Amino acid sequence: MEELSWGSIFLRVIGQFWPVWIALVALFLVSFRFKRRLGLYGKLFDSPVGMMGFALVMFWVFTALFADMIITHDPLAQLSGLKNAVPGSPLKQPVEGAYPWYLFGGDHLARDVFSRMVMGARRVLQIAPAATLFAFMVGISLGLPAGYFGGKLDTVLSFIANLVLAFPVILLFYLLVTPEIVQTGIPIWFAAVLFLFPILFLTVLFNSRFFTNPRQRNLYVGATLVIGLWAYSGLAFNLDPTGVWSMDPNLLNVFVSVVFVNSPGVFRIVRGMVMDIKARDYVAAGQTRGEGPWYIMLWEILPNARGPLIVDFCLRIGYTTILLGTLGFFGLGVSPESPDWGSTIDDGRRLLNIFPHPALVPALALMSLVLGLNLLADGLREESLRD
Amino acid sequence: MSLFVLRRLGLMLLMALVLTFAVFCLTNLQPNLEKLARSEGSVRMTDESIANWIVQNGHGGSMVTRYGQWLGVVPGWTYTDDKGVTRGRCISAEVPAEAAPRYCGILQGNWGFSTFAKSPVTTVLARSLGHTGWLMLAVMLVMVPTSLLLGVLSGMREGSRTDRVLSAFAIATTATPEYVSGVIFVALFGSATAGLSPLLNQWGWIEGKTLFLGTATSAMDDITFWNFSLPVMTIALYGIGYIARMTRASMTEVMTQQYIRTARLKGVSFRNVVMKHALRNALIAPFTVIMLQFPWLLNGVVIVETLFNYKGFGWTLVQAAGNNDINMLLACSVVAVFVVLVTQLISDIGYVFLNPRIRLS
Repeated sequence: MEELSWGSIFLRVIGQFWPVWIALVALFLVSFRFKRRLGLYGKLFDSPVGMMGFALVMFWVFTALFADMIITHDPLAQLSGLKNAVPGSPLKQPVEGAYPWYLFGGDHLARDVFSRMVMGARRVLQIAPAATLFAFMVGISLGLPAGYFGGKLDTVLSFIANLVLAFPVILLFYLLVTPEIVQTGIPIWFAAVLFLFPILFLTVLFNSRFFTNPRQRNLYVGATLVIGLWAYSGLAFNLDPTGVWSMDPNLLNVFVSVVFVNSPGVFRIVRGMVMDIKARDYVAAGQTRGEGPWYIMLWEILPNARGPLIVDFCLRIGYTTILLGTLGFFGLGVSPESPDWGSTIDDGRRLLNIFPHPALVPALALMSLVLGLNLLADGLREESLRD
Repeated sequence: MSLFVLRRLGLMLLMALVLTFAVFCLTNLQPNLEKLARSEGSVRMTDESIANWIVQNGHGGSMVTRYGQWLGVVPGWTYTDDKGVTRGRCISAEVPAEAAPRYCGILQGNWGFSTFAKSPVTTVLARSLGHTGWLMLAVMLVMVPTSLLLGVLSGMREGSRTDRVLSAFAIATTATPEYVSGVIFVALFGSATAGLSPLLNQWGWIEGKTLFLGTATSAMDDITFWNFSLPVMTIALYGIGYIARMTRASMTEVMTQQYIRTARLKGVSFRNVVMKHALRNALIAPFTVIMLQFPWLLNGVVIVETLFNYKGFGWTLVQAAGNNDINMLLACSVVAVFVVLVTQLISDIGYVFLNPRIRLS
């Protein structure tokens, strides 16, 4: 086997991503066709910046989805003779049916850099959006009453939020994401508190709207409580009898820390917006009608604050991705074998001067994902300001 | 005004107390102490002797009293063993038990002993902060003028080609965390086998093997352009984009104000409008942002010092955390929290001073 030239590496990598291209083209065709009927999402396709960002983000989302079809080798397999191999190296002992090259070369343990990068996308996209969503639930659930009621509640909550924000993030990670912390069981208590917020949020959301119609209310609230508490018992305490919901203790620790770091920021944004919006006429109208405070907060104020929140959500997923990379870079809370981008950069940096490719590939991958999210946020901001 | 400053100071003190207490609790967890006992005593200690070691070395008792001892508001612990030798927090080889003071926490200037560096925490901390000081100075000198210039240039004429190009650059840099840009920079400029250096070397444009050095270890003795550029560029890059975007937003807002239009209509040249009328007002908001950027810089410092092996504050923090060096980690946390709180205070007060529209009374 010959070593591949840069041109053919490029072509082969493009070819390897075929399921992603098909999915992307299909998505864009459908979205373009119906863009006038899709609200804010459809308007995104009017802005070139937003479209570019969306394409980058969806590229990685589809990569994560189809990772099994894209990878050329097992991301954990070590093939002899390919330690720090340059991109395009052929396998030393080609096996029948195995892909005959390491497209992006091998790392310091002779694993395929390309496959690890693709699998890393899956790791990142499993955690980052979910953690951001949880942070939003916590931030919204606390920020709404703090901004709406004000007073002592606001003072106390703002003080706590400022406390968390005053910690340099890395220091907080070094204190919170350690094996010793897992031993003490503190992450479980953190999770017990933080994971309660989504259930509370949804319960109050449905109850405040449908309490006049008990049948509908009971259906929605009941479903939320059953599914929510089932997931809660499994995720936080690992007590789910069916085993559908469970989380590895290290992963739980990482997840909880990331949510904890992100929620004060969300809290501050929500609080600020509520304080602005609550002076509007439609809120006064709701109060005069005799609506409850939670109905006004969740069904009058929150929908009117959605524009900036959606933009911040995109930016914050990017920020969370950077945080996860930081954790991996310092080797906190990840297993040494894990293909996530942060730890592969960390592995690769030791020989950076001689073999830059094992670190460069995940670094560029991470950068393009965050760039996509930032561009998407920019496009959304532009389009949501337009009306 | 002084009442406002006093209240802010009081709040800051309260936050400092709460934060240091939180850090103290997290660093002095039971498993950490057991690990410490194993590394200081012996690896094969039984559970019982570990428990004894912890109590005999002043790590017993409630978290609050230990925190008080560390702070210096509660008398330091002492322990007299069977042979009648008294040890304690305030007792060391130089200070015998009889002469030892009752209180010796950080308020009395006793920051403890670093178990990893095998020297007093204050010495290690002073040395590493000195190294980081130079790094921060260089970063500030690069970051602040560049980002303000970029922001003002792109905010001057909103929507122009300059604006679009510079905004794209700003977005790209905010998407590049330090560990990514550091890796890219080293691969581009600091590698003898890849990037630009081999090319430049071949053409005879540079004498050494690489354009810049990929590690900053030698910069601890002697800072040169060659060994210090990459770390400084790496930290500055992430901040540049953010500050530039804030400056741009503030500049575009100022440029739409009535007084700018009046000045233009009076016939003042565009140059003078920007320099004399807009600039001062446009720089108020970025001042706050630059100050609040310090906590972020702290993050960057930790990553870059690890990446470039520069033994400053961030490197010390990582080593302390990695080696369960409780006193050192506590000291680093105190410094970090202090930096964050002081910059918050300065940004609040500075904002009030700079902005004539805010009156406190």
